[in-house]
Amino acid sequence: MRLSSPFLPVAASVGSVMRDVLLALLPGIVVYVLLFGPGVLRNIAIAVAACLLFEAIALWLRGRPLRPFLSDGSALVTGVLLALTLPPIAPWWIAVVGSLFAIGLGKQVYGGLGYNPFNPAMVGYVVLLISFPVQMTAWPALQPVWDSAPDAVSAATALDHVRTQLALDRTLTEISGDAAIGWAAGAGWEWIALAWLGGGLYMLWRGTIRWQIPAGMLAGLTLIALPFWAADPDRYASPLFHWLAGATLLGAFFIATDPVSAATTPRGRLLYGALIGVLVYVIRTWGGYPDGVAFAVLLLNICAPTIDRYTQPRVYGHTRRESEP
Amino acid sequence: MSLMQRLFNFRGGLHLDYRKDMSTRHPIRVAPVPPQLVLPLSQHAGAPAKPVVKVGERVLRGQTIAQPDGFVSVPIHASSSGTVVAIESRPIPHVSGLAAPCIVIDTDGRDESLPAPEWAPVDDFSALDAKTLRETVRRAGIAGLGGAGFPSFIKLSPGRSVETLIINGAECEPYISCDQQLMAERADEIVGGVQVILQAIGAPHCLIGVEDNKPDAIAALRAAAAQDERIQVRVVLTRYPQGGEKQLIQTLTGREVPSEGLPLDIGLVVHNPGTARAVYRAVRHAEPLTARIVTVTGGVVAQPQNFEARIGTPMQFLIEQAGGYVQPPGRLLMGGPMMGFALPSDALPVIKSTNCILAAAPGELRPDEAAMPCIRCGACQEACPVNLLPQQLYWHARGGEFDKTRALNLFDCIECGCCAQVCPSHIPLVQYYRHAKTEIWAEDREKRKADAARERHEARQARLEREEREKEEARARKKAQLAARKADADSSEAPPAAGATPADGTDDPVAAAIAAAKAKKAAAQTADGSAATDDPVARAIAAAKAKKAASTDNSNATTPADDPVARAIAAAKAKKAAAAAGGPAEAPVVRPRKAPPSDDAVAAAIAAAQARKAAKAAGTEPADAPPADDPVARAIAAAKARKAAAEQAQDAADPVAQAIAAAKAKKAAREATTAPASDDPVAKAIAEAKAKKAAKEATASDNADDPVARAIAAAKARKAAKDAAATPADDDPVARAIAAAKAKKAAREAADKPDGAS
Ligand code: SF4
Ligand code: SF4
Repeated sequence: MRLSSPFLPVAASVGSVMRDVLLALLPGIVVYVLLFGPGVLRNIAIAVAACLLFEAIALWLRGRPLRPFLSDGSALVTGVLLALTLPPIAPWWIAVVGSLFAIGLGKQVYGGLGYNPFNPAMVGYVVLLISFPVQMTAWPALQPVWDSAPDAVSAATALDHVRTQLALDRTLTEISGDAAIGWAAGAGWEWIALAWLGGGLYMLWRGTIRWQIPAGMLAGLTLIALPFWAADPDRYASPLFHWLAGATLLGAFFIATDPVSAATTPRGRLLYGALIGVLVYVIRTWGGYPDGVAFAVLLLNICAPTIDRYTQPRVYGHTRRESEP
Repeated sequence: MSLMQRLFNFRGGLHLDYRKDMSTRHPIRVAPVPPQLVLPLSQHAGAPAKPVVKVGERVLRGQTIAQPDGFVSVPIHASSSGTVVAIESRPIPHVSGLAAPCIVIDTDGRDESLPAPEWAPVDDFSALDAKTLRETVRRAGIAGLGGAGFPSFIKLSPGRSVETLIINGAECEPYISCDQQLMAERADEIVGGVQVILQAIGAPHCLIGVEDNKPDAIAALRAAAAQDERIQVRVVLTRYPQGGEKQLIQTLTGREVPSEGLPLDIGLVVHNPGTARAVYRAVRHAEPLTARIVTVTGGVVAQPQNFEARIGTPMQFLIEQAGGYVQPPGRLLMGGPMMGFALPSDALPVIKSTNCILAAAPGELRPDEAAMPCIRCGACQEACPVNLLPQQLYWHARGGEFDKTRALNLFDCIECGCCAQVCPSHIPLVQYYRHAKTEIWAEDREKRKADAARERHEARQARLEREEREKEEARARKKAQLAARKADADSSEAPPAAGATPADGTDDPVAAAIAAAKAKKAAAQTADGSAATDDPVARAIAAAKAKKAASTDNSNATTPADDPVARAIAAAKAKKAAAAAGGPAEAPVVRPRKAPPSDDAVAAAIAAAQARKAAKAAGTEPADAPPADDPVARAIAAAKARKAAAEQAQDAADPVAQAIAAAKAKKAAREATTAPASDDPVAKAIAEAKAKKAAKEATASDNADDPVARAIAAAKARKAAKDAAATPADDDPVARAIAAAKAKKAAREAADKPDGAS
C-alpha cells in the first residue's frame, strides 16, 4: 500500500520523458537521412543496440533489475544522441566503442540512471574524438536523396572549413561563398540544425525540458559572438553561423539539457547554459578542436553542483539575503 | 463592492483533475443519528480533553462530556442523546493509525437536547465584547474545520491588531466539496460567522477567497455579504494548492507569511468557512460543535454526496447512507488525495477535522509502483509553490543528512505533494520530507538533552579540577605553616597565611590556619552550590564528590595521627566538608526540584543533602556493577544503568522529564509499529543510510578519550557491521525489516551516547 500522499495518479514517467525526447529528435533524423543518406540510421541502430547491451551487462554485473532500467528509455536516448554526433561514414565499430564508453564510463560506473555526473553520450563522443581523430572527423559531403548522382566523398564541415581557411589567411567574407558553407553554416547541416530547433521547441511546449538551459546557452553564445563579429566580421563568424554550425542546436536542446548532469536550480540552469554557450565559442574560436559543444558540456557538468549551491531560489517567506548560502 | 480586485499569484502549483462534481449533485443531507457515536478525546491540535462523564451516565445532545485540559485544548460535546457505554482506547482516524481514548455513546434515538443550552444564545452579538465571544467559541469546542483542527478560540485572541480576516474558501483538493456546498447552501451563516469573528478580533474587513470553479458558492456568498461592506468575496484562480493558507494569502494580498511565522505576523487571520459557520451557530444559537459537513465520495461510493454528520458517526454508517459500496474500495482516505492519509478501515469515527471520506476504486488512484532514481529533471522544482528545491531535499533526506535538508528550508515545505505529483520517477517525495522532519524533531529533542548532559559534565569536570587544586594548595600551605611553627615555635609571631582571615583576631597560627582552611572551604562550597544551579543531577554528583573528598581527606589526615595539630585541622575540615556535603543522614528529604535557590550556603547544604540521596541511586550503581565477562557489554550496561538511574532520580517530580519520557516511549512504540512495515522503501532507504552513518561515526569516535563512549562506539561498530551483513539480503523483506529496526536502534543509541558518557 502506498503509505503517503499524494495519491492522485501521475501521467509522466521516466519512460514518457524519454519517449518525448526521441519524438523530438525524429524531424532532425529525417532531414539528416534525406540530406546525407542512411548512414546515420546505421549508426543509430548500432549505437542503440550496443548501449542497451552494455547497459544490460552492467545492470547484471551490479545485480540490478534489468526490466525497469532497460525500459526507461535512457540508454536508448544515450545511444541515439551518441550516434547523432558520429560521422555517418564512420566505421561500425566506432559506434560500438563509443557506446561502451558512454554507458560504462559515462553512466554505470557512477551508479546508473540518475547518478552520472557527466553526460554519457558526450563522454563516449569525447573518448572517440581523442582516440580516433581520423575516423571521427571524416564527414560526408551533401548527398540528397533526390540527387541521383552521389559522389560519396567526404567533405569538411563548415567549422572545419572556416578554421582551415582562416589559417590560410582568407577572410570570412571570401570563405562565405565556398560550397562547404552552404547558405549559412554548412551545406545541408543548417537544415538539420533547424530541425533540431523544431524538436527543441516541441519539447519546450510539452514541458519535457525547461527553457533555462537552451535559452542560456544560445544567449551566452550570441552575447560573446556578437561583439567580436561586429568588431571584425572578417575574422569572427556571425552569431547566426554559430547557431547553425556544428552541434549548437542539438547541444542546446538535447545534450546540455540532460537533466541528470546539469544544474538543477532555475537560475543555475540559466547560468549553466550561458557558460556552455560562452565556452563553445571560445573553443571554436581559439581552441584546438573545431567544435566545442561536447567539451563545454562536460566542463560545465563539473561545475553543476557548485552552480546549484550558489543559485538557491528564494523560498516563500524568506527574504532574498537569508536564502543565499 | 470594491472594483479593486488585484490578485497576485503564488508560484508553481498544478492543475489537477478535480472530480468534485461527483459529490455535488445532491444538496447537503443531514445524516441520521447513528446507533453508536465514538468521540475521541483528541480531535484538535493540542492536549486531549478530559472526560467529565462516567460510563453508564446518560448524556444529552450538546452536553459537555470532556473538558479542555490546558490552554491549547477544547471541550467535546455529546452529539446526540444516549448512554456512555465506554471510555476506552479505540482506533481513530490519524496518520499514525494508532488508537486513542474515546468516549463511546450508545444513542437512544431521541436526540434529546439539553433543556437549556450551556450558555445563552445572542441575537445581537455586536453588543458582545471580544472576551465573551472567544469564551463562547471555546466552550463550543470549535477547532479549525479545514483539517488542521487548531482550537479556533486561540485565533480569536490575536493579541495584536489584525488588518484583515481571510476566509479560505479555496477548497483546492480534488474530490472534496464540503466547503463548496456549505458556502453555496449556508452562505448567510458563514457571513454571520465572519461578522462575529471580525468583532472578536477587531479587524476592519474580511476577504473571502473562493476558487473560480465554485460559481454557486461565489454567488451565494456575494448575496449574503451584500449588506456588509466590510466583507468582500474575491474570486481566485483554480490552481492547487490555492487553498494552502500561505498561498491564498499571497494571492489575495501579495504578501508572504515569514518563514516559521504565522499569518498574524503580517496582520492576518485565516479561518475556514466551516469554522466561521460553527462560530456563528455557537454564538447565535448557543450550539456547540456537534456536527460538520463531510464529503463522502470516490469511485466505489454508490451516491457520492455531502452529509451534515454528527461528530463521532462511524464512517461506514455514512457510507451506507450514501448507498454503500458498489464494489470493495481499492483504498480509503481521509481528506483529499493530495494531502489526505490512508485509513486502515472505515470503522473509524468522523471527527472535527474529517472533511472528506474518499473510497476509491482500485486503479482510481495511483497504483503501487517502484520508484526510479531521480533524474534531476526539475519538474518538482517547477511545481513547488514554496520555491524549494524538492530534488535536493530528497537527495539529502534519503542520505540521512537531515541538517542539510534543514538548511534547504525543509521546514518551509507545506507537504502539498505537488512535487511528488509531477515526478516522472514516481518518488514518494513528501514521505521523505515528513520522515526528515520527524527525525529532525527527534534529533533536536535528543540534542537538547545531550547539551544539558554535556553542560553537567563540564561543570563537574571544572569542579573536580578546582577541588583538586584547592586541596593541593591547602596541603602545601599546611606544610609550610607547620614547618614555620616548628621553626619559630617559641618566639616569633607567624604572619597570617595569605588569603586567610585572621579568625577572632587571635594570634595563634594554628587557629589562623584552621580558619583559613575553613574560609577557603566555605567559599568553595558556596561557589559549588551556585554552580550546581537547579539541576538535581549535577547537585547529586557534586554531593557524592564532596562526600568522597571528605572521607579521603579524613583518612589522609588521620594517618599522621601522632601530630595533634594536624589531627585537629583534619577533624575540623572533615566536619566542615561533611556539613557542606549534607553529612547528617537525617537531613530533611525534600524533592530535588523544590530545592531552594542555592546562593545561600545553608540552602546549598540542604540541597546537597537531598542530592546526595539521589546520588546514591544515580552514581554508585555502575561502579558497583559486577564485572561482566564482556568489557563492552559491561561498559554499556554501566553507562545505561547510570543513565537510567539519573533519569529515575530526576523524573518523579519533574513534569518535563515525564513528558519527554512519555514522548520517548511513544516514539519507541511508534517505531516498533512502523519498523516491521519496512517494505516501506523510504524507511528502508533512510535506515540503510543511517546504519552506514552510524558505522562511520562509531569508527570515528574510537579515539574519544572517554572509555565509556569508546566502548559504546565499539559495540555500535560491531552492531553496524552485523547490520551491514544483513542489508545485502535486500530482497528479503523480513531481513530488511530487521535491518531497519536495528539501524534505528543504533541511531537511537548514538543519540543517547552523550548522556551515557557524562
Ligand atoms: S521530479 Fe522527481 S525525478 Fe525530477 S528532479 Fe524532482 S525528484 Fe528528481
Ligand atoms: S510538498 Fe513541499 S517540496 Fe513538495 S511541492 Fe509541496 S511545498 Fe514544495
